[in-house]
Amino acid sequence: MVPMTNTKSDIHLIIEGAGCASCVGKIEGALKATLGVVSAEMNFADRTVIVSGTAKTEELIKAVESVGYNAKPIDDSSETDVLDEKEAADWAYYKKLMRDTFIALSLGIPLMIYSIVIGEMTVETNAERMSWFMVGVLTFGVMYFSGKHFYVGAWKSFKNHSANMDTLIALGTGTAWIYSMVVVFVPDAIPMMARHVYFEATAMIIGLINLGLALELKARGKTSEAIKRLIGLQAKTATVIRDKKEVQIGIEQVLLKDVVKVKPGEKMPVDGVVIEGHTSIDESMLTGEPMPVEKTEGDEVVAGTLNKSGVIFFKATRVGKDTALAQIINMVKRAQNSKPPIGRLADVISGYFVPVVMIISVLSALAWLNFGPAPAIAFAIVSATTVLIIACPCALGLATPMSVMVGVGKAAEAGVLIRNGEALQTASKITAMIFDKTGTITEGAPKVTDIVLAHSKDDKKVLQLAASLESGSEHPLAQAIVESALERDIELLKIDSFKAITGFGVEANCENRVLLFGNEKLMKIKGVDVTGHIEQAQTLAKEAKTPMYFAIDGHLAALIAVADPIKPDSISAIKRLQANNIRVIMLTGDNKETATAVATKVGITEFLAEVLPEDKANKVEELQRSGEIVGMTGDGINDAPALALADVGFAIGTGTDVAIESADITLMRGSLHGLADAIAVSKATLRNIKQNLFGAFIYNVAGVPLAAGVMYPFFGILLSPVIAGAAMALSSLTVVSNANRLRLFKAQEH
Amino acid sequence: MIVINIIGLVLIAIIVWWFWLYKPQETVVENNEIMIEVKDGIYSPALIQVAADRPILLTFFRNDQNPCSETLLFPSLEISEQLKLNEITQVNIKALIPGEYEFHCQMKMYHGVLKVI
Repeated sequence: MVPMTNTKSDIHLIIEGAGCASCVGKIEGALKATLGVVSAEMNFADRTVIVSGTAKTEELIKAVESVGYNAKPIDDSSETDVLDEKEAADWAYYKKLMRDTFIALSLGIPLMIYSIVIGEMTVETNAERMSWFMVGVLTFGVMYFSGKHFYVGAWKSFKNHSANMDTLIALGTGTAWIYSMVVVFVPDAIPMMARHVYFEATAMIIGLINLGLALELKARGKTSEAIKRLIGLQAKTATVIRDKKEVQIGIEQVLLKDVVKVKPGEKMPVDGVVIEGHTSIDESMLTGEPMPVEKTEGDEVVAGTLNKSGVIFFKATRVGKDTALAQIINMVKRAQNSKPPIGRLADVISGYFVPVVMIISVLSALAWLNFGPAPAIAFAIVSATTVLIIACPCALGLATPMSVMVGVGKAAEAGVLIRNGEALQTASKITAMIFDKTGTITEGAPKVTDIVLAHSKDDKKVLQLAASLESGSEHPLAQAIVESALERDIELLKIDSFKAITGFGVEANCENRVLLFGNEKLMKIKGVDVTGHIEQAQTLAKEAKTPMYFAIDGHLAALIAVADPIKPDSISAIKRLQANNIRVIMLTGDNKETATAVATKVGITEFLAEVLPEDKANKVEELQRSGEIVGMTGDGINDAPALALADVGFAIGTGTDVAIESADITLMRGSLHGLADAIAVSKATLRNIKQNLFGAFIYNVAGVPLAAGVMYPFFGILLSPVIAGAAMALSSLTVVSNANRLRLFKAQEH
Repeated sequence: MIVINIIGLVLIAIIVWWFWLYKPQETVVENNEIMIEVKDGIYSPALIQVAADRPILLTFFRNDQNPCSETLLFPSLEISEQLKLNEITQVNIKALIPGEYEFHCQMKMYHGVLKVI
């Protein structure tokens, strides 16, 4: 949806059931009588009303209902309803097309059989004239009942100085019918040999093209399955607490700051922050992350995710079109309708296609009339008609959008949000991928990895004392130790005389003991003997861990190592990228030892340590200059310049916090497999588009000359208009079906 | 035969003139609000002239079952809308600088131009 640009707090409503101009006064009056309404203006032409003021949408709807009409807010109509209406409309259209097909083929098939079995459909005697006249009238009936939409569409486009598929079908079938009727009425105007009628072609073409459209409609429905699934994630109703009572309302009526209750098995209706309760939530439908996430007071919940265990109450923070899910749906829809550059040529061709085919048709008729064998007029009519019928602008026009629709949807299912067609195309060509280390390859949150006991025997006690001491420090490594203790439900003790010794560590007293925590230098200064553990500390450092010494009363109690752990699947995801011949480069602001250790562990040979944010952008530029198509992955604000400069910027979301507009491709889960998936789905989509475009081009480039009769002088082959009609119907169906093959795409993960 | 050839060439000339060279009159929109009907394979009106530097409200009414008519694209404005059948869909466009802004369906068979002056 395009954001409304009204500056006032206007509410747009559509009024249903307003059939007369006098309704306007009634509806406006009812709205103006509502508390908080400043003005209400109804536009009778489009049955909409704009209401200014502070009144709520539901109050306005009630006011309209009180005078006997129905009202719907324009911008807040539920996506699910829209989807249901669309499916119903498509189904009705499918039935109409099938009925049209049946009518047309009921006449076309017997006529075809007659022409094959009995022989030539010629007009020689008066009796034949009479019977063919009757067939002509029946064919006109088919044209009227089954093909009216082609003729009306063609005429309206013509008046509009444009031409489309209807133009070609109307001209082709119309020419065949008019020529046949001329043969019936004034046979003498046509040479004896050319007195054929082509009623079967008219009826068959109308039937086959309607059948093609019906099948295409069915196939099209499948291309939007992904978006349907996303829309289907939305809950229809919500339980909110109003006036201390639980009330069930439609999700479009949930307001900001409403307290929403969600029971196990229910979906979150809107986004919010938990204010009461504890539960685990399945976010896999949005992030692709299979493990449920624990949520308690203060945690964010996202619309569309599933409550697995407990009852929670949360305060709505984003409703309607602002929820993360609504934004994702909006983004996917927009991306599905955008075209990658590869489709632009087809777009340009589509603009000229129909008039060019019409010119070719005239030229082909002239060529037959000038140089063709007798009966030249019959050959001219057949070739002109066949050229018009076989040409298929639809296959060309559908080639790109159908594949993009399926590809972008497929990516969204895997938790990969592709911003537009251009990002999709560029992602398929990436040759080098730059990673930020912290938060991208690693978790981004340091954790205690090793506690090597020395003097002490009780690791729980050691952790309790160390964490109590570190609770006074704000250093990220200290935080890791405190969190580690809290995770193990270890209670922190009170400390006093806390002192931070900058660059070395911290010291404090606790339970009448002197605690000391820091590096080797600090231990030396304070006279703590660490000689037996230096080698072990070095080994830990080589594993990308930061070892620190903890002493109690002047004796080394333990060696505690803290590290930012590598995400469990970073190694396999990086291997996947390398297997696709993508050069993987790691950049980090960290020191060389840590960078080396992490890079070695994940299998990256090319890396730079102690890099400043601007150096990351420089590296992107350097790679681009050397001819690489560069993808950049990052999660922090400091990566922004490099992300913007890269050919494709990937943002790693944490699942709920979706920075949709910030990057070309957003990965909804932390796993780097999302990257490999994004590239794989982009490649598959581009391959599919190329197949479609190639097929559509070749079809038209080969079909049109064949229909014009270029093979006739050499092999005596001239295509029948009926075959052309079948080929045309099949060509766009083939494109849509090929795009549908993408639905089978599976990310080769894990 | 000469007459037939001349007729054929005239036909080609008419096609070229009618579809490519002829510049139809735009529908001038006074208050930058207009209703566009989507019916029988076309947008009506399809050529719309609006004033620059003022927001534009386009109200599309889709009365065309053809699935092609469902998607409305303004590629240069990065707008894409799904037009609901037998319903209106409003497209609010921010004030634009003078120029021609195309809008069309996915396959460019339905085609229109917003001319901003």
